[in-house]
Amino acid sequence: MNALFEYLLRLGDDSLILGHRLSEWCGHGPILEEDIAMTNLSLDLIGQATSFLKYAGEVEGKSRNEDDLAFLRFEREYKNLLLVERPNQNFGATMMRQFLFDAYRKLFFERLVHSTDSQLSAIAAKSLKETKYHLKHSSEWVIRLGDGTEESHEKMQSALDDLWKYSAELFYQDDVDEDLIENGIIPAVDAIKGEWDVLVRNVLEQATLIIPSNNWEQVGGRKGIHSEHLGYILAELQYMQRAYPGMKW
Amino acid sequence: MKEHNIEVLERDFQAKIDNDIKIEPKDWMPDEYRQTLIRQISQHAHSEVVGMLPEGNWITRAPNLRRKAVLLAKVQDEAGHGLYLYSAAETLGADREQTIDDLHSGKAKYSSIFNYPTLSWADMGAVGWLVDGAAIMNQVPLCRCSYGPYARAMVRVCKEESFHQRQGFEIMTTLAQGTAEQKAMAQDALNRFWWPALMMFGPPDEDSKHTKQSMDWKIKRHTNDELRQMMVDITVPQAELIGLTIPDPDLKWNKEKGGYDFGEINWDEFWQVVKGNGPCNKDRIETRRKAKENGAWVREAANAFAEKRKLRNTKKAS
Amino acid sequence: MANKEWPLYEVFIRSKQGLSHKHVGSLRAADEQMAIDNARDVYTRRSEGISIWVVESNSVFASDPNDADSLYEPSNSKVYRHPTFYDVPDGIEHM
Repeated sequence: MNALFEYLLRLGDDSLILGHRLSEWCGHGPILEEDIAMTNLSLDLIGQATSFLKYAGEVEGKSRNEDDLAFLRFEREYKNLLLVERPNQNFGATMMRQFLFDAYRKLFFERLVHSTDSQLSAIAAKSLKETKYHLKHSSEWVIRLGDGTEESHEKMQSALDDLWKYSAELFYQDDVDEDLIENGIIPAVDAIKGEWDVLVRNVLEQATLIIPSNNWEQVGGRKGIHSEHLGYILAELQYMQRAYPGMKW
Repeated sequence: MKEHNIEVLERDFQAKIDNDIKIEPKDWMPDEYRQTLIRQISQHAHSEVVGMLPEGNWITRAPNLRRKAVLLAKVQDEAGHGLYLYSAAETLGADREQTIDDLHSGKAKYSSIFNYPTLSWADMGAVGWLVDGAAIMNQVPLCRCSYGPYARAMVRVCKEESFHQRQGFEIMTTLAQGTAEQKAMAQDALNRFWWPALMMFGPPDEDSKHTKQSMDWKIKRHTNDELRQMMVDITVPQAELIGLTIPDPDLKWNKEKGGYDFGEINWDEFWQVVKGNGPCNKDRIETRRKAKENGAWVREAANAFAEKRKLRNTKKAS
Repeated sequence: MANKEWPLYEVFIRSKQGLSHKHVGSLRAADEQMAIDNARDVYTRRSEGISIWVVESNSVFASDPNDADSLYEPSNSKVYRHPTFYDVPDGIEHM
């Protein structure tokens, strides 16, 4: 197994699947301005997915391009976090999911910029700019809704209760990471974890939300063991490529 | 205000229009001018926003990453255009919330084309090519409309729309040059969208109750039939170029008029769709209504938070 | 309060360093911060700007078009404020 290839799939799939989820909001946002904002997040993520998967294809060397990888793998071969495939539910839950992810991604990209791999470093530099804005946007919403009305507070607390168990997977590590960390290709996760905790706690505190005391960690995505939701995401995502194999669009 | 005064105001107003001087929000304007604009601009805004749905229908199923990004960006633009237009309507005193409620209650109309379903990927091509094509034809003259905020919004809209039609035509071209299956898909989309696209210009001139006054006020610059003719004349050669057939057996070049003669439009269908009996009217409005309803707690919470923060800041300051 | 609409904001954008902010349109937002975010997403999707101002529409105080005669016409007769009012002999440059 090529560790870099595997790792690029993880990065690419996180962006791809979260971008897909956000794109489901298009036309359904709580107000027109926010509809436009969520589409911007989605577009950034799809752009990132394109970059990561394109590079993954090059690293793999089997002449698969970004579309082959995005559209023509089987469910077990997708390596995204369980967090990003969680359904949108309501706008608050979508922003909570976004916030937990953005907080990680921003810290991660800040370090990935220094990767010894120049391609990764370049993708990280571009993505970091985008992610900083994503984090700003999602933090503001988490605070606003957490500390808004009683109803919004309840919704946000319940979103946090639901999503918290998936946040541990952000820091999942296995033998795929080890080599890459050693060679300075990707950053060590431990340091990020500490900063993430501080950042997330700070925002959640402002949002008057309470972190669940249950520390159960729901993982599996990195190994391709997903929730039932991913199958349906892929059914839509892959529909055209599966129904009309090998055609140009 | 005295009778005499109104007469003077009306005369000055029409003089400005005749001299192509733009009317701005705080200028005096006849009430009917204001109402006509509010109706037209909010209909236009609603069309943009409802128009997000038929294409939004294919975002999660776009066939590759490039197409997915393009489609998302395009539908996003439509949200933006809706917003520019609601803003323009607000300068006339039409509150956005109220305007939108009128859409949801069925009181306000939007372009009937968006009540047709998008059934295949090729429909993304047909919608971009034909529907945006027709929209551009309608909109370009509106950039010179007599009401300043509307004209300025339209300049922005037209600038941004220029890629919309091209991406649609690009999709159609790709399909038309693809496999037999793809070509059939493209032809089928053209068959379904051709006539509704021609209906987008509105009823024939003799049945259009608003046209004359709107032309005098330079809100409108061409009649419905003039625009429709332009659309046919421009589009037919494009279809020919990519090897698709316009679904109109009566279509024929008329050398004398220098344009195409084309078949009878089914105006019964048009009026039925306008009245709410199209294939998707109920679904479209229901979707928009739900979006608003599901977002109510968000908008309310954001208000509550803004109030709280203001209070905290004043406390801190004192 | 349940149905209170978010306030309207006017948006001004500086398209590049050295130019002034220009009015581009309006939008709704619950607070200033959101207004800036929304302005960024709505009005700079094609790199139209590098700086944004937002002003609550209520705070804009405008002159009355009915006063236009008395406000702006008096300056029409003061042509001496424009350089073209003055004769410069042939052969003089850089003035």
